[in-house]
Amino acid sequence: MIRTPLRPLARILEARARGDNPDAIERENLAARHEAMYDRDRGRAESRLFVLGLCFFAAFSTISIRMGVLAGTAPAEPTVSAAGVEIATQRAEILDRQGRILATNLETSALYAQPPMIVDPARAATELARIFPDLNAAALMEDFTGKRKFLWVRKVLSPEQQQAVHDIGEPGLLFGAREMRLYPNGALAAHVLGGASFGREGVSAAEVIGTAGIEKMFDDRLRDPARAAEPLQLSIDLTIQATMEQVLDTGMKLMNAKGAAGVLMDVHTGEVVAIASLPDFDPNERPAPPTKGNPSDSPLFNRAVQGVYELGSTFKIFTVAQAMELGLVNPETIINTSSPMQWGKHRIRDFKNYGPTLSVEKVIVKSSNVGTARIAQQIGAERQQSFLRSIGMMEATPLEIVEAKGGKPLLPPRWPEITTMTVSYGHGISTSPLHLAAGYAMIANGGTVVAPTLLRHPAAQQGARILSPETAAAARQMLRHVVTEGTASLGEVAGYEVAGKTGTADKPKETGGGYHKDKVIATFATMFPVSNPQYVLIVTLDEPVNTTGPEPRRTAGWTAVPVAAEMIRRVAPLLGLKPQIEPGRLSDITLTSN
Amino acid sequence: MKTVLYVLLAVCVVSLGFWAYHENYKTQDAMAEAEAVQTRIGDARARLAVLRAEWAYLNRPDRLRDLAEINFDALALLPLQPEQFGRVDEIPYPPVQTQLPLIDPATSEAITVEEGSL
Repeated sequence: MIRTPLRPLARILEARARGDNPDAIERENLAARHEAMYDRDRGRAESRLFVLGLCFFAAFSTISIRMGVLAGTAPAEPTVSAAGVEIATQRAEILDRQGRILATNLETSALYAQPPMIVDPARAATELARIFPDLNAAALMEDFTGKRKFLWVRKVLSPEQQQAVHDIGEPGLLFGAREMRLYPNGALAAHVLGGASFGREGVSAAEVIGTAGIEKMFDDRLRDPARAAEPLQLSIDLTIQATMEQVLDTGMKLMNAKGAAGVLMDVHTGEVVAIASLPDFDPNERPAPPTKGNPSDSPLFNRAVQGVYELGSTFKIFTVAQAMELGLVNPETIINTSSPMQWGKHRIRDFKNYGPTLSVEKVIVKSSNVGTARIAQQIGAERQQSFLRSIGMMEATPLEIVEAKGGKPLLPPRWPEITTMTVSYGHGISTSPLHLAAGYAMIANGGTVVAPTLLRHPAAQQGARILSPETAAAARQMLRHVVTEGTASLGEVAGYEVAGKTGTADKPKETGGGYHKDKVIATFATMFPVSNPQYVLIVTLDEPVNTTGPEPRRTAGWTAVPVAAEMIRRVAPLLGLKPQIEPGRLSDITLTSN
Repeated sequence: MKTVLYVLLAVCVVSLGFWAYHENYKTQDAMAEAEAVQTRIGDARARLAVLRAEWAYLNRPDRLRDLAEINFDALALLPLQPEQFGRVDEIPYPPVQTQLPLIDPATSEAITVEEGSL
């Protein structure tokens, strides 16, 4: 824009020539310029006001239209939606591998009282005490006539009890809706399921929260309203679990044991088909944790997962398998087994003297501590540790129950050569029966690691390879010979080609310092059928004594093995395994001619 | 002319209003019905859950085992044993049924093969 000069020279000269005051020209021009500026500013302010007004108009009209709409519609809650009543049950069910119910919900009622509304407190108190024998009429009377405005009487009621309370006809006794967790099979798989209890409680509803086991592990997933209709399916089979618990219970009583544990695991998928620990409890009425005494004696204690024990000779097969994998020995290698073996101030001895030498296979079959210790010396501490770590013996099992974290193996603080030797036959290292099951599953499936799982998982796990298939097959053959000609002869079950290894370990004294003479943990770790292993079974008995003979026998061969054999006889048909005729050994060379 | 137009418009407005209210009431009825159905579904689900729980409770292995023992005389139920597995060839072959020569499968098969090869 070209600015008009305030004193244009031409007009000034003209004015001067006329004798006018040239300042008048300047003032005139100044006034014109101010006029223009005023007009411009005014226009700008007007347009700003207009936009602002438009904004206000839009805002107020939005509010007024919304108010009009709200005023014009009938008050109604948005009830009609497809997913409205979907959530009839809050917590997802837990099913077994075939879809049978392990845990479900039941609608029930809680009983509460509002004392100011009670008409006849004396009658209400006596009637309630009659319906619920554990309630005290005098204490109720005190509550009903005191200052309290509200009190819970019962957390859950059965329908019969609810009807009986209804029949009292007392307006001050009221019911609140409740959903309770029900385990219809009672104590079955109690340690897996754990239990549930009420969390925050209101009058009309209460939270159900898992307190142990898989209920606590998957609490968030089970409580997730979006997945309430989707049940959690476990790898446990109800029938097989029941059979295992029954056989284990009978075996525990026959062998005078104070506790027992069993694990049945699929060797390819890692699914735990049955896992039991006795004594057990009813998760519907989960007992309170013990406040005194040894916690491992409580029924809440899961021996199969939390109980870490020195599992004894069952570990020998790991030592031998590793030595074979490293090429240090083969099944026919001769090992010096003269007992006792002196090592520094320690002395390793066998159950009885097996002569000066044994082949590696016989070391396993006869369960020679000395022979295994000598093989372990060849392996060395570092390789032994890395092998045990790779099959998961150094950390807690990844099983999906909260207690699994408590089953951390007890390892020697240092690992000198004598430790290498004792660990090779399962002493000085404490693991849970579930650890052992995972280790044996590795041998059974041809040498790849499997992690035990409680969730339905039909596909085989692709774990890291630890042993070559040939080594695993040779190890299985040795385990088969333990049953056919070794310490586990009572474990033979016609048609199922049982292979396994016994283990008898003295229990360490609770006070520390040495071992009990007459208290053992007897374990039988087994797989079947050995020509194509499908399942691994671990049976552990705590302090068993077989008193059928003239003198008490405590070795696993006389205690855990017969129990495991009976369990295989009962469980294998349920697993759908047909008894097979064992393939005979092929003759070496067949000459034919035509 | 104008009067007729006004009257027509008035009739139109009244009938539209009537139709709109009618639709409104129908919608409200449908909603109420849907709500009732939802409630019934909810009740049915709750009942189903109770029945499932009861079914599972009645079928618990402990109880079935006890029942099998109590009724052993009548049912003679025992746990599944390995010996109970059979082989297919242990089952006697079903007796051959004599058929008329026309629908005998052997001959009719031969005929179809012949037809196919032609």
